[in-house]
Parts: sequence; C-alpha cells; structure tokens
Amino acid sequence: MKSKFFLLIFILYSSFLYSNEKIIEPNTIHKNLRCLVCQGQSIADSNSDFAQTIKLVVKDLVKAGKTEEEIYSFMSDKYGEWIVFKPRLNLHNSLLWFLPYIFLVFGGFFIFKIIKKDKKS
Amino acid sequence: MLSNFGNLLLLSNTIISLGIIYHANKNLKNSNNFISKIIYKLSLIQSTIIIACFFTLVAAFIISDFSITAVYQNSHSMKPLFYKVAGTWGNHEGSLLLWVIILTIFSYLFLVYNNDHPKKFRLLTLIIQNFLIIGFLFFILFNSNPFSSLSPIPKEGLGLNPILQDPALAIHPPLLYIGFVGSSIYFSAAIASLISNYSEKSFSNAIKNWVLISWCFQTLGILVGSIWAYYELGWGGFWFWDPVENASLLPWFAMTALFHTLIVFEKRNIFYFWVIVLCLMTFILSVTGTFLVRSGILNSVHTFASDPTRGVYILLFLSLMILGSVFLLFKKYKKKNHNVNQNSKETFILINNWFMMFYLITVLLGTIYPIFTDVLTDKKISIGPPFYNAIIFPVVIIFLLFMAIGPKVKWIKNKFENIKNYFIILIFSIGLNFLIIFFFKSYSVLSNFIIISAIFLILSSFMDLKDALIKKKLDLARIVSHISFGFLVLFIGLNSIFSVEKDYNIKLGEKKIFENYSIHLQSLDLKKFSNYQSVIGELEINNITSNEKNILKPEIRIYENPKTLTYEASIKTNLLKDYYLTMSNIDRSDFYNIKFQKKPLMIWIWLSVIMIVVGGFLRLFKNAKNN
Amino acid sequence: MPKITKITIFTVLFFILGVFYLSLTRETNYNTSNLISKEVPEFKIIYFNDSNYFTNQDLKKNKYTLINFWASWCYPCKIEHPILIKLSKENKLKMVGVNFKDKSDQALQFLDSLSNPYDILLKDTKGKQSVNFGIYGIPESILVNEKSTIIKKFVGPLSIDDYREIKKVIN
Repeated sequence: MKSKFFLLIFILYSSFLYSNEKIIEPNTIHKNLRCLVCQGQSIADSNSDFAQTIKLVVKDLVKAGKTEEEIYSFMSDKYGEWIVFKPRLNLHNSLLWFLPYIFLVFGGFFIFKIIKKDKKS
Repeated sequence: MLSNFGNLLLLSNTIISLGIIYHANKNLKNSNNFISKIIYKLSLIQSTIIIACFFTLVAAFIISDFSITAVYQNSHSMKPLFYKVAGTWGNHEGSLLLWVIILTIFSYLFLVYNNDHPKKFRLLTLIIQNFLIIGFLFFILFNSNPFSSLSPIPKEGLGLNPILQDPALAIHPPLLYIGFVGSSIYFSAAIASLISNYSEKSFSNAIKNWVLISWCFQTLGILVGSIWAYYELGWGGFWFWDPVENASLLPWFAMTALFHTLIVFEKRNIFYFWVIVLCLMTFILSVTGTFLVRSGILNSVHTFASDPTRGVYILLFLSLMILGSVFLLFKKYKKKNHNVNQNSKETFILINNWFMMFYLITVLLGTIYPIFTDVLTDKKISIGPPFYNAIIFPVVIIFLLFMAIGPKVKWIKNKFENIKNYFIILIFSIGLNFLIIFFFKSYSVLSNFIIISAIFLILSSFMDLKDALIKKKLDLARIVSHISFGFLVLFIGLNSIFSVEKDYNIKLGEKKIFENYSIHLQSLDLKKFSNYQSVIGELEINNITSNEKNILKPEIRIYENPKTLTYEASIKTNLLKDYYLTMSNIDRSDFYNIKFQKKPLMIWIWLSVIMIVVGGFLRLFKNAKNN
Repeated sequence: MPKITKITIFTVLFFILGVFYLSLTRETNYNTSNLISKEVPEFKIIYFNDSNYFTNQDLKKNKYTLINFWASWCYPCKIEHPILIKLSKENKLKMVGVNFKDKSDQALQFLDSLSNPYDILLKDTKGKQSVNFGIYGIPESILVNEKSTIIKKFVGPLSIDDYREIKKVIN
C-alpha cells in the first residue's frame, strides 16, 4: 500500500516537472539560433541588425503557437541547417547523435570482457 | 637588427637540436651506462637560446620595432606596456615561439630529473622530443616566422584587438601551453618506452609528475580562458562549446584518464599499453586542436587570422605523428593477461577511463563532424551547446555516482561494507534537492538528477574525509579534487537553473519593470581615454522585494587602432550572485538594447576549479616529498 | 592484434586525415543557397503607398520577377543601382523593390535622386517578411519564375556578371 502511494506521488511529481518543460522560453530559442553575420555568436548574444529581426520573427511565431521544433524547422528551411545549433535528427546527422552512445555501449562490453576473463581463470 | 638576431638564434637552435639528436644517437650505441656531458650541455644551451630568442621578440614589441612583421601586425606605440608584452604571444607566429620554449625546457628538465631510469629510454625520449622541436622550428623558419621583416619600415603598427587586451587573456596561452604542449614530453617518453621495451612500473615514475603538471596547468588555462570569456566577451556565459574551447578540453580528458590509469599501472603493473595509448593520444589531440584552430577550417568566436599553408604544414606534422606512433604501437603490441577482479579499484578506474573516453569522443565528434558533412555532402551544419548538453549531461549523473564510490573500493578484491552509509547519503541528497525545489523553484527532471548526484559526491567525500581523519590515512589530494568537482557540477547546475536573462530596448530616462526587478537608464556619458572613447550608461537595478539597489555602468567603447567597437559588461559580484549588464546601441534609433542577467554563484564556480587544481598540486607535492 | 583491426584503424586514420586536407581547400563563407529551386515560402508584404498586400499569388502573374531588398541607408545599394536601372528595361522581368527597415521619406528621396527602377514598390519596415526569403543582409536580390520557384539568390550588390546571368535566364 505504501509503495503504491509513493508511486503515485512520483508520477504526479514527474508529470508536473514534465509540463514545466513545455513552456517555451524565447531566450532558449535565441540561444539555439546562430547569428549569420557574426562570428560564432548566437542570436541571444548578438545585437546585430539581423539578430534583432530574427528576435521579432521568433516572437511572432511563439505568439502564433508554434512549438520549438517548428520554429527551428522554419528557420532552417529559409537559412539552411547552419542557423540552428542543435543538429537536426536526419540521415546525415544520425551518426553524430548515435556514435557517442554506441561507443558507450561498446566500451561497456569491452570492460566487461576484461573483467569477466578473470572469473574464468 | 633585432630581426636578424632573432633569426640567428632560431637557426642556431635548429643546428643545436640536430646536434643533440646526433650525439644522443651516438651515445645510444656505446654500451656504457651514462649519458655524455655534451648532451646535457647542448640541452642547456638549447634552452637558453630559445629563451633569449623569445625575449628578443618581447624587446621588439616593447620598443615597437615595426620593421618586424609580427610587431607591425599586432602592436601599436600607444598600447600600454603590459599589453605590448602580452602581444608577443597573442598572435600566431609569436605563440609558436612559446610552443618551442615549452618543448625545449621540458626536454631539458626531463633529461635532468630522470637519472634513475634506463639510459636507452632517456636518450630516445630526448631524440623524439628534439624531432618535435625541429618540426616546429622548421614551421617557424619556413612558414610562420615572427622575425620576418618589412621594408620600408611602417611608421605605426596595426594595433592589437582591444578584447585581447585583458590580463586573463595575457596569461591564458602560457598556462595552456605548459598544459598541452607539455604533454609532448610524455608522448616522446611513450615512444621511447615502446622502442626500448621499458614497460616496468617504474616507467610510471618517469612520467607521472609530468602528467600531473600538465594537467594542473591545462585546467588553470581552461579556467582563465573561461573567466576571460565571462568578463570580456559580454554574453554572460563562460563556456560555449566553441571549437577552440573544445580543442583545449580534448587533451584534458585524455590527461585525466591517464593519471588515473597510472595509479593502477604503478600499483599492479597492468594496462601498460593503454597507458601508452593515452600518452600518445594527449599530445596528438593537442596538435589536432592546434590544426583545427589555426588552419581556419572552423568558424569560431576565437579564430586567429588564417592562412591555408599553415594548415598544410601542421596537417603534415600531425599525420607523421599519428601514423608513426600507431605503426610503432602495432609493431610492439603484445597481448597481456590482466587479472582484474570485477569488484576492485582497478575496475572503477577503468570505469573512469570509459567515461573520459565517452566525453572525449562526444566533444571530438561535435567539433569535427561539420568538417565531414561539408567536405563529403557540401552541407554546412552547426553543432553547439544543445548537442553537447543533451549528450553529456545525462551521463554525468552516473559518472558522479561512480566518482563517489570508486575511491573507497579496495585493490584487487573488495568487500562492500558500508552500503548502508551510501543509502543514507543518497536519501540526504534527495532531501537537500527537495529543499532547494521547495524554497526556490522547480526544474527539469534531468537537473534534479544532476543536483542529487553532485550532492551525493560531495557528501560521500566528506564522509571519506571523516573516516580518513579517524584512521589517519589521509589522501587529501584526491578528496579535495573530487569534492571540488562535485561542487563544480553543483554550482554550474544551480547557476544554469536559477539564471535570469532579460533583453530590453530602452530609451534614456526610461524605466522597465519585470518580475521583481526594475531597470532605469539614468544617464549616458561620453568619456575620452588614451586609446579609446567610451559611452558609459548608468543603470539602476532595483530589486523591488528586497529594495536592494545597484548601479551598473556598461560601456560601448570605440577604439581607434584598429577601429573597433566593443561592449564592456558591467558586472557586480557578490558571494551569492553576479549582476551582469550589457548595453548596445541600435542602429538608426535612439533606443539602446539592454541585456540584464542575474547569474548565481559565479564566484563559486571559479573557486571550485581552482580547488580541483589545488588537489592536483597537493598530489604533486606529495610525490616530490616521497622521492 | 588481428590484421583486420590494424587495417581498419589505418584506413579510418587515412580517411580522417584526407578529409582534413580536403577541407583546407574549401570556401568557408556561408551563403544561404538553401532555398534555390524551392518554391517561395508564404509571405505577404505591404505596398509602399497603400494598404494592400503583395503575396505569392502576385508572383505567379509574371514570367520572371526580381525581388530586390534595399534601403536608403545602405551604401552598396547605391552601387548596384545602375544595374537595377538596366534590368528594369527588360520587359520579360518584373522588378519588385522591397524597402527594408527604412523611413518612408528617406526612401522616396533615395528613389527621387537615383530614379526608380521598380515596377512594384513594397516596404518591410520591421524586416520580418524578409526572413521568409532567407535574407540576412542587404542588398539581396532573388530571381523567381512564374511557378514562384526561386531560381537564383544574389547576396550583396548586383554586379555586371549578375546582370548578364539574369539576362541569360530570362531569355
């Protein structure tokens, strides 16, 4: 009975935390967009003309109810993938996203093998 | 005249390096057990000459000798003296001299301090190191010579970029170079060890202090770079996962893995080949980083001006290093039996290496992947903080837990006593996390876990400390570094959760109110300084609930040589938080863009990193005392 | 170590070094060629002189349209102006000018002193509509056909070579 109670609290708490994550913070979006006329800065950090324009457009898109992903798609459609700092999950970038975790798993196996050997000997 | 003198010194050093290689080779062939005096003498002369060469360049900068290209391109007679000096290594050519100094001095010191090791090993290390030195001297002489001269002699220099005129940035390169350039010595030692078959655990004694020194300075160098970025660049962040930053982080991961593995190698005489791989990897990553940064193929906030021929040269050097060392490694590799028990300290150090390699691969991949997509598919992509944060943060959670448990595990075979204690600490950590949420605000699931693991590491280390003091078996160095790492993650986590960032367009005299703060642009002042003019804004930040008032004065600076505009942040630091304000003008309007940030616990972030380094120095001290 | 592992490792290393070498010879400047041969995204820009909107439908009315983004405060726009005048003489090409982040009186003054090459004059005071075209700086010009597909993007002032290229396309 106690464990069911704790499980319920956990689920409620997690869903509360999760719903908090859905609120779109414009600054997060600005940080994820590259200022194309600057050297390596994001829209959040730049005060260039271009950055100002993009901030206005993002404001409109957020008002229109677009999600973060939709805003990034909008921008990368017009300006290319270079404008978003988070690489899109497509065929080209799949290796980028998966390789680290593939390594983690393989590395784990490898270490396991080294340690296992001793049990047999 | 200075130019000729400098060139002469460079040339002499090349000849001396060749001489060292020749004599060392000769010495290898005779069967006696000592290294001939001439080799020591030549190494000492080599170090002296390169230092003299460096000071020649410094002198040229101080007296503003514009007949020298490097001085003309990077200095100006009106530059303050301190920055004239720092300008020596703040450019590509001059910094290469710094490279050669570190390579040379480390070569000499390694020779002198390693009398207890086999002659063949020491001579081979010297030879390989001198090949590296010659490689860089050739690069300097044929491609990037700081002493190259100009004619006719210009009357004035082009000046140094004002954002580079900062004390933190002045010491940033020397610190970093002692770090990753210093790793050259154990690269050479690793090759020497392979060739001379010196694989006993005493090999660890030859290199372990060098690994520690380079690690400490690399950490300090990275810290100082972040401090500079925070105070100077005006965006309020201290790490952007920019390619140049990543280039300094990659060797750091390898160094950390290396000195942990050395502990095992020294105690149990296993993992020799992995130690060698890590030694080779560290310096290879250092040169790869240099290649990426100086060749101009990556777009970054920090790029040096680029020239493709530089890239070709460094790539050639890098290729020779990589292919040569891999070939040698394959030739000498022998399968060894390890005898590692599942439940032992050796396993936990393997786990540390496993995580370090994961971080390394992630950062390396993120840095060089855009190059591959560009060359192979003609598409340009950007990889920035969202990628690295998404991949690394979840893994850090588990890493911290291992860091807490690992050091207490015994060698060879461990019995898990005190599991109960760990449970209690875990409950405490979860409790403290809930307190933070209760008193302040809630945050993402991931952040919860990170805060909990960081607190877990901190509390278990304190428990360790208590146990160690009782048993009088104190490993202060490890405890200090591990606790500080826990605090670092905790402070970075809290800082990122509780930071406030607001962006407003405001006119003179206007006041804006948001959350429980108000911002008032009270006045604008125009002031003239020796080499720039400044528009200083006076803004009052009022915390409405606590009625705490702060005046901040961000600036817009207009420099003359070179003609640049910089934005100076106004930062008010106290123990709990920094107020961070930048002001910029908006073209064709009388509005100013004000960016207000509240950044909690910044000073503790810097302190944590310093304490991590203190741990490293404590270990170094203990090693020196024991010898 | 099995031979296959050694060969794989060497191959991977050669590959990485090879890519590094190739990257040295590449152009590092970025251009937003993303939209080329794609249809113009949805937009609506207000006319300069009245409150009507110019939209995608209007683009389909012409065989070829050149949309030129300019402003009175933009120096390179002055430089490319003669080319725009030349292009305005082509009857297969409709010239649409979008006044970008400008003040009306200054824009009109600009056109008065240099003459108006545009068949249609629009204005984008906040610059937001230009984002639909992937504009990041001015002057920029976009060549569109009657299917409202983007044929070419010109970033920066139009040169005489650009003029020749446009002539070739529309004829």
